[in-house]
Amino acid sequence: MDRWVQSACVLCSNGCGCDIAVRDGRIVGVRGRADDIVNRGRLGPKGLYGSWQAHGKDRLTTPLLHRDGKLRETDWDTAMSEIVRRSQDLLAESGALSHGFYTSGQLFLEEYYTLGMIGKAGIGTPHMDGNTRLCTATAAAALKESFGSDGQPACHADVDLCDALFLFGHNMAATQTVLWARVLDRMAGPGRPRLVVVDPRRTPTAEAADVHLAPLPGTNQALLNGLVRALIENGWVDRDYVDQHTLGFEELKATVEPYTPEHVAGICRVSPADLVRTAEIFGTSDRVLSTVLQGFYQSHQATAASCQVNNLHLLRGQIGGPGSGVMQMNGQPTAQNTRECGADGDLPGFRNWDNPEHVEELARLWNVDPLTIPHWAPPTHAMQIWRYAEQGSIRFLWISATNPAVSLPELGRIREILRREDLFVVAQDAFRTETTELADVVLPAALWGEKQGTFTNLSRVVHLSEQAVAPPAGARSDLDIFLDYADRMGFRDRNDDPLIKWKDAEGAFDAWRECSRGRPCDYSELSYERLRGGSGIPWGGERLYADGVFPTAAGYCEDYGHDLLTGASTTPTDYQARRPDGRAFLKAAEYTPAPEQPSDEYPFLCTTGRSVYHFHSRTKTRRAPELQKAAPDPWVELSPADADELGLSEGDVVRVESERGFVEVPVRIGRCRDGVVFLPFHYGFQAANELTPTEWDPVSKQPLFKISTVRIRRV
Amino acid sequence: MHLATYLGLLHTSLGTLAEAFREVAKGHGDEPDVEHTCEVLASRIDGQAEQLSPIVDRYGEHREAEPERLHAAEFEQTRTGGVGLLRDLQDLYALSSFTDITWTVVGQAAQGLRDRELMDVVSACEQDTARQLAWLKTRIKQSAPQALIVAKD
Repeated sequence: MDRWVQSACVLCSNGCGCDIAVRDGRIVGVRGRADDIVNRGRLGPKGLYGSWQAHGKDRLTTPLLHRDGKLRETDWDTAMSEIVRRSQDLLAESGALSHGFYTSGQLFLEEYYTLGMIGKAGIGTPHMDGNTRLCTATAAAALKESFGSDGQPACHADVDLCDALFLFGHNMAATQTVLWARVLDRMAGPGRPRLVVVDPRRTPTAEAADVHLAPLPGTNQALLNGLVRALIENGWVDRDYVDQHTLGFEELKATVEPYTPEHVAGICRVSPADLVRTAEIFGTSDRVLSTVLQGFYQSHQATAASCQVNNLHLLRGQIGGPGSGVMQMNGQPTAQNTRECGADGDLPGFRNWDNPEHVEELARLWNVDPLTIPHWAPPTHAMQIWRYAEQGSIRFLWISATNPAVSLPELGRIREILRREDLFVVAQDAFRTETTELADVVLPAALWGEKQGTFTNLSRVVHLSEQAVAPPAGARSDLDIFLDYADRMGFRDRNDDPLIKWKDAEGAFDAWRECSRGRPCDYSELSYERLRGGSGIPWGGERLYADGVFPTAAGYCEDYGHDLLTGASTTPTDYQARRPDGRAFLKAAEYTPAPEQPSDEYPFLCTTGRSVYHFHSRTKTRRAPELQKAAPDPWVELSPADADELGLSEGDVVRVESERGFVEVPVRIGRCRDGVVFLPFHYGFQAANELTPTEWDPVSKQPLFKISTVRIRRV
Repeated sequence: MHLATYLGLLHTSLGTLAEAFREVAKGHGDEPDVEHTCEVLASRIDGQAEQLSPIVDRYGEHREAEPERLHAAEFEQTRTGGVGLLRDLQDLYALSSFTDITWTVVGQAAQGLRDRELMDVVSACEQDTARQLAWLKTRIKQSAPQALIVAKD
């Protein structure tokens, strides 16, 4: 080993501080950084093996161009010229709305900010989003609806300080192992907190709980309305806090009134006693910490249910204090930056698309005409981008660092879109994937460790990841690729100077510091210099909202909010009339049944999720031998009673089929509740998303990976 | 007293509106958000009609025989393509506006009659109608540029 290079792990949203070991110009291992506030030296299995072992295997090292029915090797100049020619032709022919960009939660802050500026000020298209739409869109939406802006209220240290911990739709033992280790420390130590887990499966996380609530998929909103009602009914409400720091109590109270324990138990199929016990733990603990993840986010009333978790905390004034708060979790390591930098359905710096002053401010900063920056509606969400491509109005789609041919719902449809003659697809990745195979141009990208940049984890902690080794010859960093495109396209500002003024990562970061100055995600005090050595540093301080003042002032907020039932936007006038002025919103919504309900033909509810050993579509983790060996193949999980009824034993191969498609996989008997089956979503062969529906939450627009109806028969 | 005539008008137009939302849901299944939201809103309009029932029982309901004189035009058939979706949503907006102002008229009568029950029904249903209009406007604003500038059909 020649040297250690400072970085942080990109294999989940926890963002553990780590060092990369380099020998002879190659990465040979990683270690956790003991002084990092996120992980205190720990690393999870994916980080230990999956973060670096793929670097030397099967890499893309030359651009590919689709010619005569095949992807053929070409050089960078030819590939980039082809992209620019197509881009310019389309701009001349149909204008900016012909262009769409679909990016990731895996790139660095500097890359998102550059891409965001290319899309919004260079081309002027609203059609840009990340695959973060699939994983953290609801976290952002719920934070905006309740508190006026994105930004995680709680921090990692709150796990050490809470006396009750609630995991809502969050299988932490599989999704963030290092955070889970921190919970296990508490569970085995003195002053053990009480743990409540809401999950339709009896996961190892659920097994550790004092109360495990297993509601039917698609009923979270009913369950949470029941919990909110129980807090109010039993007087577990801090009335002073509610009066001073919130709006909407009476409407919330009226909305949850019908959700008695018995009524809720009937909808969710949980025991009323467990529900009452859960409410009591929430209502009577001194320091309550909640986390929310995909079980809530990938369901049909995603934002509504996640807002109810915020409501539980607001009702008790349990937010911003040591050990008390809420974590609307992220899925991916750099998803926070996709959200902050305007590479998803938001404007950079948590600016409000519906506030003309915010758009002006951005236009001044970038020195462009405000009309260039699309702001007639929110930036287009991913599911709508793919719909426009399907209809032929988007004809240029640039995909970076993501594999939609495995990760989007209803894969048969996605493949058809990618194969359309009239859609020009650019795919930028480190490996050949199911998606690159359907692209017109493939660009080989550098990986983590082969480039410099920063990223921000689920608790706002910013890490600098230094370049440890050179990328394989022929691969370029995503930042360099975006800068090359901007340069070749000749994007200019109002003085006819180049629109993008930086040439490297640190230049992009410094520009971002200016862009974020004065906004809730203010990076102006951070610099590469400050981020070197020691621990990562959170923006906004350790916790947000300790003073009970929320970023809801009309001139400051990121969003004016929505009707949770339909997603209708609140108008600026209506928002101002409520005079939020720093108070949080107690948002309410009735429960409505999910679009798909079990039927005679499709009697089971199917939910999808992770294995602890893999990340996403396994582009890295299947190339790490330990991880691949631990979980090489997909499976379907059934409850013992359902398996019995179908006459199935462990290992029998079955076809799991929805209206849209099927997989053929072996049976595992175990953790599901009756009537519910589970498929892991990592595997490109026998992919779970062959089955999932093209449906999304009305506010966050996050797809419903957790709710489809299926039938099962032996093959 | 002409309140019965207006209650009849309101009742009929709620039926027309719910039916129209269901038609649009059915005709635009390829836009899943439109399909699902229209269904949710249609069932809430059914709820409005139910809330109106006890009032109708009290005042009676006079259904106008000549629809073109008082009724909103019925929704006929969904269209296709980006512009088609836009036009269908716009038709819903017009129908929804019609029930909105009809609720207003009935609400004014309720105040004149000091009918607390009817005033409460009107207040709840007006909010619900505002939600329909807000959603339609949001969706129309989102779709318009793409449909008018780049859509192929």
